[in-house]
Amino acid sequence: MIELTVNGIKRQVDVVPEMPLLWVLRDELGITSPKYGCGVAQCGACTVHVGGKAVRSCQSHIGEVAGKSVVTIEGLGNKDQHPVVQAWIEHQVPQCGYCQTGQIMQAISLLELIPKPTDEEINQVMSGNLCRCGTYPRIRAAIHAAATKMAGK
Amino acid sequence: MRHVQNLSRRAFIVGSAAIAGGIAFGSYARAEHVDLTANGNPLTARLGPNSVSFNPWVEISPEKITLIAQHADIGQGVGSVQPIMIAEEMDLDPGQFEIRFAAPHPAYFNTGFADELAPFVAADQSAAAEEARAAMLEALRKSGLQMTGGSSTIPDSYEKLRVAGAVARETLKAAAAKRSGVAVADIRTQSGQVILPDGTKIPYVELAAEAAKIPPVLDAKPRDPSKWRLLGKPMERLDVRPKATGELKFGIDLKIDGMLFAAVKLNPNKGQPMKSYDASKARSMPGVKKILEIKNGVAVVATNSWYAMRAVEAIDCKWAPSTYPTEQADHWKILEASFKPKFLGKEWKKTGDIDAGLKGGTQIKAEYRAPYVAHQPLEPLNGIGIVSDTGMEIWVSHQSPQAVQSIAAAAIGLKPEQVTFHNQWAGGSFGHRLEFENVRVLAEIANQMRGTPIKLIFSREEDFIQDIPRQIALARHRGSVKKGKIIAADLQLASTAPFKGLLERMGSPTKDPDGQLAACLWNVCYDIPNFRATSYEAQGLSPCTTWRSVGASTAGFFTESFIDELIHAAGLDPLKARIEMCAVPTYRKVLETVAEMSDWKGPLGKGKGRGVAFVESFGTPTAEVVEVTVTDRGIRIDKVWVAVDVGKVVDPINFQSQVQGGVVWGLGHAINCELTYAKGAVQQTNYNHHEAMRLYQCPEIEVRGLENDPKVRGVGEPPVPPAAPALANAIFAATGKRIREMPFNKFIDFV
Repeated sequence: MIELTVNGIKRQVDVVPEMPLLWVLRDELGITSPKYGCGVAQCGACTVHVGGKAVRSCQSHIGEVAGKSVVTIEGLGNKDQHPVVQAWIEHQVPQCGYCQTGQIMQAISLLELIPKPTDEEINQVMSGNLCRCGTYPRIRAAIHAAATKMAGK
Repeated sequence: MRHVQNLSRRAFIVGSAAIAGGIAFGSYARAEHVDLTANGNPLTARLGPNSVSFNPWVEISPEKITLIAQHADIGQGVGSVQPIMIAEEMDLDPGQFEIRFAAPHPAYFNTGFADELAPFVAADQSAAAEEARAAMLEALRKSGLQMTGGSSTIPDSYEKLRVAGAVARETLKAAAAKRSGVAVADIRTQSGQVILPDGTKIPYVELAAEAAKIPPVLDAKPRDPSKWRLLGKPMERLDVRPKATGELKFGIDLKIDGMLFAAVKLNPNKGQPMKSYDASKARSMPGVKKILEIKNGVAVVATNSWYAMRAVEAIDCKWAPSTYPTEQADHWKILEASFKPKFLGKEWKKTGDIDAGLKGGTQIKAEYRAPYVAHQPLEPLNGIGIVSDTGMEIWVSHQSPQAVQSIAAAAIGLKPEQVTFHNQWAGGSFGHRLEFENVRVLAEIANQMRGTPIKLIFSREEDFIQDIPRQIALARHRGSVKKGKIIAADLQLASTAPFKGLLERMGSPTKDPDGQLAACLWNVCYDIPNFRATSYEAQGLSPCTTWRSVGASTAGFFTESFIDELIHAAGLDPLKARIEMCAVPTYRKVLETVAEMSDWKGPLGKGKGRGVAFVESFGTPTAEVVEVTVTDRGIRIDKVWVAVDVGKVVDPINFQSQVQGGVVWGLGHAINCELTYAKGAVQQTNYNHHEAMRLYQCPEIEVRGLENDPKVRGVGEPPVPPAAPALANAIFAATGKRIREMPFNKFIDFV
């Protein structure tokens, strides 16, 4: 049994330690917001927070996550009140939406690191998150808007 | 309930499809499992007690209102705008209804294909053209073909869904009039309620039982757009909130109690069988429940997806060889040798005297190339299936519900009507979810695991390897210029036939030429006195299918780059010359608009360049201007301006998103994507090999929608084709270098 904390709740899973966190969350724990896109850290759709940092859950072995705290978008608490999620809704960022939970978790991490990012800083941090529908112009706009919202609080 | 003729076992011949500009559905094997009722409404048969349905799109029970979305939502926003079109007329507010995807049924035949399939260019709105479109509409009605694609959702739905909503509204008013004794004219509706003159409010759901007992008011008319509350105004897409909170369940997120997980390894030589396999390593791997041989490969069934994928990786397979050339260079050789009468698709248009025209001025010749490209929506192909002794139930996102039934049924010896299909929200498609590999394979696996629900997910690598790509194409264009005018253009291309390929795999093969290869060839809107447009269909290459904007995605690049070459040779300004030559007044407006938006004033300063391109595809004229800067690290795309005429912008925010997304799609793949074959398999197996656009490369994209076309048009695909030629033309303007082959990064670096 491997124990970890997901969205504040202690969970136990009986899987091999090299199983990626992504698949533990999706198939073993039924948490489906982290998405499988590429399996090799090329798309960012599986992005979640481990120990407060954005990570690609497809590359994090569950054995290494044992004992750590994992937060998915489900764990943001009152999530449609979160300024980043709000900005995403106000700017109507999603098209198909498949990449967007990963984009949002990456953006939250970016704004924790750099509260008022420039376009260049957004490019650097967010370019690992692929969007096949081409929502990039609104991702950029929503991050700026979220930064403004968060600065006002 | 009166049952009328059950159409499920009949195969219809779309007779008049023979006239369809070379595109035919041939015979389409029908597959629906719901009996038609008197009014052809599939909802009637399944209604609960005290419930009513006025037409195939509206269902009201005492508990809730359900609006049916017949077109699949593949990210383009139609899961929202379809119900909103009904809600507009029903005076419903967002939140007052549920959305359900339609089951397969001919009542949901796509009227929106009529224009694209009739043998006239979109700009021709003459009586003869309209007559042919009307004939095509009747052929489509008979075929019952329910399909999402060809940027047809809005053209198909705009009228019929507003009428469906109006009929529901007027029938509910009639039911309230009957109950209250008040005249219908004195009754109004608002926010899901009927309101009587004395202010009494009756929620629609309370009128369901009574409304079921009266005939629907079929002559109800939709309101004039000036009265719209929701449509035509900035509105929040209904799926934005659940997508931004992670609550929306895509097909891949579904769970059924007791389900097991499957992964597959299929012959990378597309369509060929497996010769043998060795699963000795995989058998003892964690979580593995079963190893199954299927028609063209092997499947592992396990206790989770990752165990299944990992185990299937460990299986060693011997494959039958490919039927197409194993090496990419030989694919190009076949294309090069396809400009021969034997491979003629069709001479789509001929005006003037092409030979005299070519000789009468300075002749320009150019060869253009476009490679195979993958679709690769971010949600990989997947599905859940369960096979019992009586049939199969399948949960999968797909654009062709009836074809899902027939493909799954054929794979395991069922009749199509024994397959129950539940459509799902899709994490993108771009044409990928018009194909069937996951459907067929899932049926085979579930059939060997009868009674157990099976969730199949293709690994990204498997999805790339099995992706039936965009057509590969080669153009040999000639033209001539004289005294500052283009006097001749002879446009010829050889290509694989994407739409024909799809029809064949759907079980409706046709010998007619592929009309998608005429796109951006015969509908060039410039006044060129000597003109010819010819397609050749290469044989024996990789199977190909529809990829966002289909034929125009390659021919748009060829033709609009070549027109640019001719314009430069004639010493003209690329945008002014296009406006000058444009023979269709509404299209000229689109070009003039993009000139105004971009403040086009000819060449920019050193190191900067602008290019323009104009393409009409799927009836929608689109002009784009791209501005680039030459930096010491390569080309930077600074800005794109887009003008599009769709006749009516029904969902303005999503309209802009769709256009921006189309531009990103067009630019990203033009810059850096191709699929190449080696040893019969594609060499690109994940996004690092086939990256398209990432955020850092994405320019600012300014969009304007025009409403001059008398018809309402779609916008999912039309912004794609002009993007690549506008970029190539901008690079030429900035550097003097003419790029005639995609992907462009083989010839120039990008920042």
